[in-house]
Amino acid sequence: MSENTNILVVGIGGQGVMTATEILAEAAIALGHDAKKTEVAGMAQRGGVVSSHLRFGQRVLSPQITPGTADVLLGFESAEAMRWQHMLRPGGITLMNTARLVPPVVELGLFDYPEDPLAEIKKCGNKVVAFDATSIAQGLGDIRLGNTVMLGAIADHLPFGAETLLDCVLKRFQRKGEKLVELNRRAFEAGRAAVGQAEAALA
Amino acid sequence: MAAVMPVPAASRVLMSGNEAVARAVWEAGVKVAAAYPGTPSTEMLEVISTYPDLYAEWSVNEKVSLEVAIGCAYAGSRAFCCMKHVGMNVASDALMTLTLTGVVGGLVIAIADDVGLSSSQNEQDSRYWGRFAHVPVLEPADSQEAYAMTLYGYALSEKLQVPVILRMTTRINHVKSLVTVGERGEHVGAGFTKEPARFVMVPGNAGKRIPLMFAREIKLRELAETSELNFIEDGPDKRVGFIASGPAYMHVKESFPNAPVLKLGFSSPVPFDKCRELAAMVDQVVVVEEVEPLVETELKAQGLKVIGKEILPLQGELSPNVLKPAIARLLGEPMPETTTFAPMQVFPRPPTMCVACPHLGVYYTLSQVRNLNISGDIGCYTLGAGHPWNALDTCVSMGASMGVALGMDKGRGEADKDKRIVAVIGDSTFLHMGMQGLLDMVYNKGNVTVLLLDNRAVGMTGGQNNPGNGYGIHGEEAPRIDFARLVSALGVKDERIHKVNPYELPVLFKTIRDEVKVPDVSVIITDQPCVLVKDYHKLKPFEVMDDKCTGCGNCIDVGCPAIHVTSRGKEVKPSGREVDLAFVRIETSVCTGCGLCVQPCAPKAIVHHMATSPINLVTKGCEA
Repeated sequence: MSENTNILVVGIGGQGVMTATEILAEAAIALGHDAKKTEVAGMAQRGGVVSSHLRFGQRVLSPQITPGTADVLLGFESAEAMRWQHMLRPGGITLMNTARLVPPVVELGLFDYPEDPLAEIKKCGNKVVAFDATSIAQGLGDIRLGNTVMLGAIADHLPFGAETLLDCVLKRFQRKGEKLVELNRRAFEAGRAAVGQAEAALA
Repeated sequence: MAAVMPVPAASRVLMSGNEAVARAVWEAGVKVAAAYPGTPSTEMLEVISTYPDLYAEWSVNEKVSLEVAIGCAYAGSRAFCCMKHVGMNVASDALMTLTLTGVVGGLVIAIADDVGLSSSQNEQDSRYWGRFAHVPVLEPADSQEAYAMTLYGYALSEKLQVPVILRMTTRINHVKSLVTVGERGEHVGAGFTKEPARFVMVPGNAGKRIPLMFAREIKLRELAETSELNFIEDGPDKRVGFIASGPAYMHVKESFPNAPVLKLGFSSPVPFDKCRELAAMVDQVVVVEEVEPLVETELKAQGLKVIGKEILPLQGELSPNVLKPAIARLLGEPMPETTTFAPMQVFPRPPTMCVACPHLGVYYTLSQVRNLNISGDIGCYTLGAGHPWNALDTCVSMGASMGVALGMDKGRGEADKDKRIVAVIGDSTFLHMGMQGLLDMVYNKGNVTVLLLDNRAVGMTGGQNNPGNGYGIHGEEAPRIDFARLVSALGVKDERIHKVNPYELPVLFKTIRDEVKVPDVSVIITDQPCVLVKDYHKLKPFEVMDDKCTGCGNCIDVGCPAIHVTSRGKEVKPSGREVDLAFVRIETSVCTGCGLCVQPCAPKAIVHHMATSPINLVTKGCEA
């Protein structure tokens, strides 16, 4: 079923990984695709690992992305982007937030946080675009805008136009007032621009 | 929460399996829906509670929820009940008699199996309950089927007056896919007809019902043989034919698009003839099921030559990357390449307690008291077994902390003779199954200190209401249990019952240390709300004054995820002993000002944070 698009969104509990994936799914459906979305969240609410799978295309059967077949890996956190590299297909792309969220087991000195996750990811040979989504969100006044920034980041790496995705993002906030809609529009565009710039720098 | 789902009829919606079942329950005209929350089943009842025109409740446990549904079905109306796999262990007492009486109004029991153990104490295959109780099992493979099979379940239930099990797994419950929904139909209940020979299961009556149950099973098997939910899809590659149910069917279709497949949606009783039909079409048959070889064993008993768990795992989720290599090996083909490189080694990121969780103080304190054996329970409390507290020694099943503690007390060997036994349990957990254990402990004169951690919610499943917090499923006010009086009524002496604020560590420490010395049953109730429930009030955040922090790391031992290490070092004590130092900062954007980390900080380096004038705050102290 190689005609399906496979997107893996990863991060930790509370970052909005599942919501972002759901918005991506809504955009795919709005364009007439069949879609399935699932996650391995476990007890994610407690700061655990979240990996959310989205598959869309003409007809989706298995909801899970087979390792080595993800087209895009959207990483909300550095070490998590590294953890899930094996899911990418050859030629797949990683879009990652450079933020480091250090868990208690590392603070306690039981494990080490990787020195340079980006460098480790580069060793795998696939394309990777890194940018600081958390700072962008903070700059806009609210760290919770982070997942909209990440959605902006993936906007130009989908088999459909960014406008549909932006529409689906803004629809979520319509009931909450124009101010929030505007903030999310800016977050989306900022994420999109940040990835564009980072890519240009790579080229 | 009480908003009506704004889903127009006859439209296509992205729904999880849980949402799809909820929609179908509403469309079927169900009158009563009851459940105890449990991952991955919780959202079914959560969503049902948002629909109008039906009664929904959080019951105190699964057995009670099934009993409530049974009463409704006896009264002739349609009923629904759902639970996670371990919940059926609790409810099974009612199920095994329900199968004899049968139902009048349709009754669907949705059981959610946590295949892959995302948050459970075990992995069990609930299809066995169908076989055990001789009731039909329907197994959806996506949200659309979950919706359609729920509706069909009510028709089947009423046709044969049998309760129907809808067996789901995490990959049905929590996968979102497209569902075409319909309109709500009215179901007119028949009313209750007095029929003691059927509804009063004394031995004389029950004995007469058993032959009826087996006669019903014959009819059910006939139905399964002809059911549209069981169908063969032919394919040109006849080397292997597959029999699959649930998500396994999707993985088979994805992995082997050219192979013949028998999809079992009405999987119990197993339609043997349909299986033989497939076997006649292909060289060999592989049964693909999560997780146990149930269909496989039944087919082998019928003399059918099938392959199953000889080549497939007995544990965990199936997926294309499990199936493809297994079948390649069977056919003697080269292994299909699934990934280009191996997963990288990254530190584990286990779930942690929340920032400012009231349980942090409890587990920190328990980790500081020596000579304890701690019997734990399920839910957030289980996290106390992890770092940095390591303050939990057992966890079996909901409510078991009570009985296990009594057993540890009575069964102690010489090595444990001076150990103090502590049992830890949550509020909802206590109401679910803990009360009886405590009663037993009192009655049998145990020597156990019970910590009842009342955080006013079913915390780990997302903060659902229960009789301990005084709110119903819709957030409406409800009678609230007084735990101190309840515990007293169960026989705990009033002087052995203490209420403690878990953020006041010295008081907590002293209370625990004093009570474990008393050779009697004590109950210490902590009474601060879960930080995820809406009546939790945030206070001013704290910060660390860098010049005062000595790097002792005591605050890290509290285990709050808002505390981060900025640098590490080493110090040589006058004794010559080398100690590790960890200098910290507090993430002020998430700190809620609970003050737990302040208390073990000897140099008083943790102070209230204020962006403009930190000095001002130090002098003002903790008035926030």
